[in-house]
Amino acid sequence: MGILMTIITVIYYLLIAAVCLILITNLIRERKWEKEILYIVVLMPFLLRLLRLK
Amino acid sequence: MNDQQGAAATGSNAMIRKLVFSSLGLALLISSGISFHRSRHRAEAVVLSEGVTEVRRLSDYHDCVAGSVNDCNVYIIDSGKPGATMFIMGGSHPEEPAGRLAAWLLAENAVMEEGRLILVLSANRSASTVTRVGGAYPPDFTIPTSWGGQLFRLGDRWSNPLDQWPDPEVYIHYPSRQNLAYVDIRNLNRTWPGRANGTLTERTCYAFMELIRQEKVDIFIDLHEAELQYPVINTIVMHERGEELATFTSMMLSDMEFNIGTENSPKNLHGLSHREVGDNSDAISLLFEAPEPFLDATRGRTTREQLLTGIDEFVVKAGEHGLLFERIDENGWPIDVRVGRHTSTILMTMEMWTELNPDRPLACRSVPRYADVIRNGTGHYLRDPAGADPGRVVYE
Repeated sequence: MGILMTIITVIYYLLIAAVCLILITNLIRERKWEKEILYIVVLMPFLLRLLRLK
Repeated sequence: MNDQQGAAATGSNAMIRKLVFSSLGLALLISSGISFHRSRHRAEAVVLSEGVTEVRRLSDYHDCVAGSVNDCNVYIIDSGKPGATMFIMGGSHPEEPAGRLAAWLLAENAVMEEGRLILVLSANRSASTVTRVGGAYPPDFTIPTSWGGQLFRLGDRWSNPLDQWPDPEVYIHYPSRQNLAYVDIRNLNRTWPGRANGTLTERTCYAFMELIRQEKVDIFIDLHEAELQYPVINTIVMHERGEELATFTSMMLSDMEFNIGTENSPKNLHGLSHREVGDNSDAISLLFEAPEPFLDATRGRTTREQLLTGIDEFVVKAGEHGLLFERIDENGWPIDVRVGRHTSTILMTMEMWTELNPDRPLACRSVPRYADVIRNGTGHYLRDPAGADPGRVVYE
């Protein structure tokens, strides 16, 4: 069980990193300021989890 | 300005705007990150009572928790005289702070005169390092003292997802195979008796079971608080082998100090300490519940003040509509009342045990009773680590 949980956890963190990259890419490409703010707000919890802070 | 220059200027403005927004986001991330990091790593000082003879680690009983966040301190108060062994556990659910504080008062004040007392203040340390996600819970709270105040982590009901992840779709309890809510795989009071090769929470319970077996614990007490909308409140939940002890304790307390009931531990509800510790060891297992309006779903703002005063007009309104299992009025359920209920119930349990088992007594001094805690406040019994011998200060 421990090994399975570790594998799932690693995949989970890789997914979070991928989502962060997609959000940052979209933020750079975005032209509307409202959506830029939205991307930054959405990015917060993903970064906090990726950094293992929350 | 031609079209090319206009486009370049617009692009430059957009880049500056993005940098400004990103900087603001980064500032928010750093400030919240620092707060979360501090909360997760805050060291809480315990000034050892003169009665504490040894501080061990949970991993001394089984190495399945060695190196983990849940390798908590185990405080031993040994009278050196023959008698029984009582094990009191605080912090099973850290967001029920009266249990943790009552155990804290014992660790800083209790002196055993007969028998042995074993204490744990942070049974699920991992759960004490996080608050309920999306619940807007305060990360900590302060108990006022004559020397300023002592800060405690608030914590959550479940182990921190940073320490145990993922949760299953359905939690199948080991060894009963009973289906429980998925999130309760991180609930220390749903994973007893645990297993050495399980999740962090299961391993923690297993190590505690080893402690109970190796130390030959006679009475195990798990300290909790409950919302007023929960029927098991202001009561002692007892394993069937603890019926006599719990009933005598309840009768004496209800006659002399405050009303408290008893509840039988359901035989078919698995994973809870009052069931599994009794079934899997020689110890009598009891669980004490005090009222905590902070946990009620109908509460108002979830603040430090509400946690400590237990005052909430919305919970009072729920009571007016007959939705509660315990009374509440404008005076609420202050933390001192809740802590005092626990300390008195512990002391009365020791006294009743000694009445029933005079050949294996338990006697304790310097622990405040219900009336003392209400009169002087919980903080009166917390000791200043700055003024203590550094060799007698340990950290949770």
